[in-house]
Amino acid sequence: MFPSSFDYVRASSVAEAISILANEEDAKLLAGGHSLLPLMKLRLASPSKLVDIGRISELSYIEDRGEYVAVGALTRHRDLEVSAVLGSSVPMLSHVASLVGDPSVRHRGTIGGSVAHGDGASDLPAAVLALDATMVAQGPNGTREIPASEFFLGFLETALEEGEILTEIKVPKIHGGWSYQKFNRRAQDWAIVGVAAVRNGSTKVSLVNMGSMPLRALATEAAMNSGASISDAAALAAEGIDPPADLNASADYRRHLASVLVKRALEEASSS
Amino acid sequence: MNGSILGTRVIRLEDPELLKGRATYVDNLEHPGALYCYFVRSTVAAAKIASLDVARAKELPGVRAVLVASDYDIEPFVPFFPLNEHLKRPVLASGVVKFVGDPIAMIIAADRSTAVDASELVEVEYEPLDAVVDMEDALSINARQIDPEVARNLVASVVGGNSDNPLNGAEVVVRGRFENQRMSVAPMEPNSIAVNPDGDGDEGITVWVSTQMPHVIQTKLSSILSIPKGSLRVITPNVGGGFGGKAGVIQEHVAVVGASLMLGIPLRWMEERGENLISMQGRGQVQYVEMAISRDGLILGLDARMVGDAGAYGGFGGGLVAGSTRSMAQGVYSIPKIRYKAAVASTNTPPIGALRGAGRPEATAFLERIVDMAAAEISMDPIEFRRKNLISSTSFPYQSVMGPLYDSGNFVKALDAVAEVSKYQDLRREQLRRRQAGETVVLGIGVSCYVEVTAGGGASEYGAVDITPDGGAEIRVGTSGHGQGHPTTFSMLVADTLKIPLEKIKFIQSDTKEVPRGGGTGGSRSLQLGGSAVNAAALQVLDVAKNLAASHFEASVDDIIVSQEGTIGVAGSPSHFLSWTDLMDVAKQAGVELAYRGDFNQAGATFPFGAHVSVVEVDLETGLVRPISHFAVDDCGRVLNPLVVEGQQHGGIAQGIGQALYEKVYFDAYGNPLNSSFAEYLVPSAAEMPNFVASNTETPSPLNPLGAKGIGESATVGSTPAVQNAVVDALSHLGVRHIDMPMTPERVWQAISQGSNGPLWSEPPSIFSEIKKSDSGSAPEEVDI
Amino acid sequence: MEVTMIINGSSVTRDVEPRTLLVHFIRDQVGLTGTNVGCDTSSCGACTVHVNGESVKSCTMLAVQADGAEIKTIEGMASPSGELHPLQRAFQENHGLQCGYCTPGMVMAASSFLAENPHPTEQEVRHGLEGNLCRCTGYHNIVKSVLAAANETAEV
Repeated sequence: MFPSSFDYVRASSVAEAISILANEEDAKLLAGGHSLLPLMKLRLASPSKLVDIGRISELSYIEDRGEYVAVGALTRHRDLEVSAVLGSSVPMLSHVASLVGDPSVRHRGTIGGSVAHGDGASDLPAAVLALDATMVAQGPNGTREIPASEFFLGFLETALEEGEILTEIKVPKIHGGWSYQKFNRRAQDWAIVGVAAVRNGSTKVSLVNMGSMPLRALATEAAMNSGASISDAAALAAEGIDPPADLNASADYRRHLASVLVKRALEEASSS
Repeated sequence: MNGSILGTRVIRLEDPELLKGRATYVDNLEHPGALYCYFVRSTVAAAKIASLDVARAKELPGVRAVLVASDYDIEPFVPFFPLNEHLKRPVLASGVVKFVGDPIAMIIAADRSTAVDASELVEVEYEPLDAVVDMEDALSINARQIDPEVARNLVASVVGGNSDNPLNGAEVVVRGRFENQRMSVAPMEPNSIAVNPDGDGDEGITVWVSTQMPHVIQTKLSSILSIPKGSLRVITPNVGGGFGGKAGVIQEHVAVVGASLMLGIPLRWMEERGENLISMQGRGQVQYVEMAISRDGLILGLDARMVGDAGAYGGFGGGLVAGSTRSMAQGVYSIPKIRYKAAVASTNTPPIGALRGAGRPEATAFLERIVDMAAAEISMDPIEFRRKNLISSTSFPYQSVMGPLYDSGNFVKALDAVAEVSKYQDLRREQLRRRQAGETVVLGIGVSCYVEVTAGGGASEYGAVDITPDGGAEIRVGTSGHGQGHPTTFSMLVADTLKIPLEKIKFIQSDTKEVPRGGGTGGSRSLQLGGSAVNAAALQVLDVAKNLAASHFEASVDDIIVSQEGTIGVAGSPSHFLSWTDLMDVAKQAGVELAYRGDFNQAGATFPFGAHVSVVEVDLETGLVRPISHFAVDDCGRVLNPLVVEGQQHGGIAQGIGQALYEKVYFDAYGNPLNSSFAEYLVPSAAEMPNFVASNTETPSPLNPLGAKGIGESATVGSTPAVQNAVVDALSHLGVRHIDMPMTPERVWQAISQGSNGPLWSEPPSIFSEIKKSDSGSAPEEVDI
Repeated sequence: MEVTMIINGSSVTRDVEPRTLLVHFIRDQVGLTGTNVGCDTSSCGACTVHVNGESVKSCTMLAVQADGAEIKTIEGMASPSGELHPLQRAFQENHGLQCGYCTPGMVMAASSFLAENPHPTEQEVRHGLEGNLCRCTGYHNIVKSVLAAANETAEV
């Protein structure tokens, strides 16, 4: 309940944050703090320095840019939830944001914080994966773009390099159907299994808590894209995937849930 | 003529302070100069402590001391009541640790963060022993013996009932193995204590502690620390919930107070949630139950072999299987022959204590499961089966086979009431419709009937009423409410008798300096015992007042009345009335106290009862269960404040749903706790709960003038089995006959996909064939927890 | 580090370690003990306060993050003369509290929720409070209290 000691500095710009990170071995970025602080309170993480970027208001925005919507990394879940721009262009993102944690959590948590943390059991990483979003990162070597399919690498591991900061997420507009299925026992809990499905020309399906990072259900996607029925495609949901086992679900049960939820997601995505 | 406030919905007097954030939980109070304590706990379930080095921790700036067992001169003690005379708790583990969480050192520091920092510098080397985690494994021949004095890890055993062969000759026998899982009590406020060893003047030692029983703490601490009771003042301010988990003294209390006295400095300690979840636990039984019935649905006999888990150090809750679960094993049914055997095991897990209901939910749970299985076996409706076997309303007081004398009851009336309010037949129709339509979300309807025991643990309580110079009154009582509305309900009693307005009544509890003795609050004893004591005191004060008025007005005492305005005088003589303020003067002049202090004694325990119906939806594709409504008819005798009673029913229902669907303490094979946070120990939120429909029948108790029985635990007793039965009922058309709690989605899905959840029966542990008689520790039969 | 906040309308300045959580700052350094600590994992909501008008779990925020912010705690809900806020009154009238430990968090969460959703359905209230745990009431009367306050159409 009491974190270890650390130094704290506030960065008032992205450039400043990058420069501080470049000079510190063991510094972590602090945005909404709702992924990092819980770990620090249990002393599962003890960075020696926190760089607070939470006040860089320039990183909080939701902008319609024609083909896509640009979401600033520091946009809070609550702001995603109520955004009219997202509501008309990428409603799935609003919907998924409205399911993260609980209302108080959503007042602080940010999409950038969640995506950069990259937890396979979180909702938004899987959503941006299914949406085929592009992450924009700024670092000491400049700015680069990373497609979602290359962004999540492993357990709490993303393609962000040392000293890089996620600044923006470019989300293609949805012109077809979508669905987000979150299965849990209590409303405030993480998904035991979750499924994000987007039919935006082709079908993309991503899975929550079926691995150490968000995963695409590639066998299902291939089946859908080659004309298979939803039932048949959903039956392949867990193919090639080794789901984790924990108190809430065994691996087998997760496989079963994945096929049920993928079916529901595809049905809903096909009906809108 | 009913102008009485009793029986009406009076909103609580204590609420504004709580709502304004002015509650006085121990950690909210100022404790000037107090240093902060923090415990270093074993991370291994069973081990010898090879070495324990606190030197580096001591050197951390801000650390005042780091204490280990050898720093204290305290004998191992019994925290609440003894289960096995050989098993006591040391103040800190010494040489051996017996569960993950076992305290081995205590840090004292200037602030909490520093104390936690210091705890990371304590170096412990363990020599692990085989952790004995499962209670049935513990009783097996091959298990490592945990305690040298306790052979076969058998802490206690009991044999009860009236028959050696209760199933003999029966046409139909149903049997089941049921798990009543270990749970965390998890009150919202964890344990908390502060101590000032050196009060001003003659204050002596003052302890503020979050507990259900301040006088018990005073008695225990005084004995354990060898200090005279009179020099120890225990105060319990507001408490953020107890639910049985704050009964008796705990190691941490003794360590903190002992250290404070040793070092002569004030200290304070508040538990973290993670510590609380792994140390305040209850339930924990495995039940092998067989019931013999006739083909037309009459219960003929019951054979129960029950295993209880005491955890380490003979946790008293382990004995409940031999105590109240045993004594309530007949429940509401007419059962001519019963055999009951219980074996209590020692394990390398946290010591088990009490959790709301303390043994009675466990009894009702197995009865309601086996009764449902019996009904299903002969294709009889569960309500019909119960109706056929309930003890009739003309049988009271009823002498149960297991010992208790049920004071009053009308079981059929409660069952009929809940069938009606739930519109049971409509529910059955909807269930059938969905099945026939092949819907994937099916309906389950679960019924339970129960009787439970309250104020069973020694039935006496202190109550006092003093009139104050301003014409108000002060109540002092030995119970110790922690959210149950006592300040309001007890004041209602005094207001009703003395016609003093509620706002002028001051309610005092839970301070050993103000209240000379008391049994605290547990076992749903407070209103019937404490309320009766306060009520009796008020009546006595009224008597004194009437006599004073009679003298004063030179009238006969038979002509003296109390007016609705709260004046006392001669009936029919408007000018001959005195206010309570006047009476105080009159009393003073007469050299008489307008007060009464005494004890109420009740001849025995009382037996609330009721019937619940739970309605759930089960998603056949995922196994997810959602309760969609819950109907509770609970009879606690005469209802004094329906608002408060309803609130207790709601809370009990929610904890029943919690046990049935969400909560369980998990360990791995080495005894490591697997869910020690609220993220993983699933206390449900408002989003998981349906609305509740709570109502009462009122069958007064003959045992106290209020006609009252307890209500605090009853709805927990009744709700859990109703929910469990509802889920099994939802899947009965698939051949499912039983699912263990908690009925997680995965368990339910397994039952759906296999048509069952594994074998319903397995042979009980071999130890039962060796248990011929009751043995060891006092079976905690009649304890209020 | 020095931090300054406006808490319940008054400016407060204190020196803190960066690691001091907002809930501990409020309780221990400002002395407002109405806000409670109930868990270690941001699960229970007993610590809920308002930061710049929105509910926040103060155990999951550092005091330094709240520098310059406007904070409202349970102590700031009643009027200066001590009159209960309509939401507090609704809790009393509907028996929405028993031991009181979760109550400040519930009231602050409900207050923020109603500001965002002034006319909620019962299900919406239940989900609005999904991050606040109670062990005593079973939530039935808490939900009733919040709906009653919403119906009163008072500004929250």
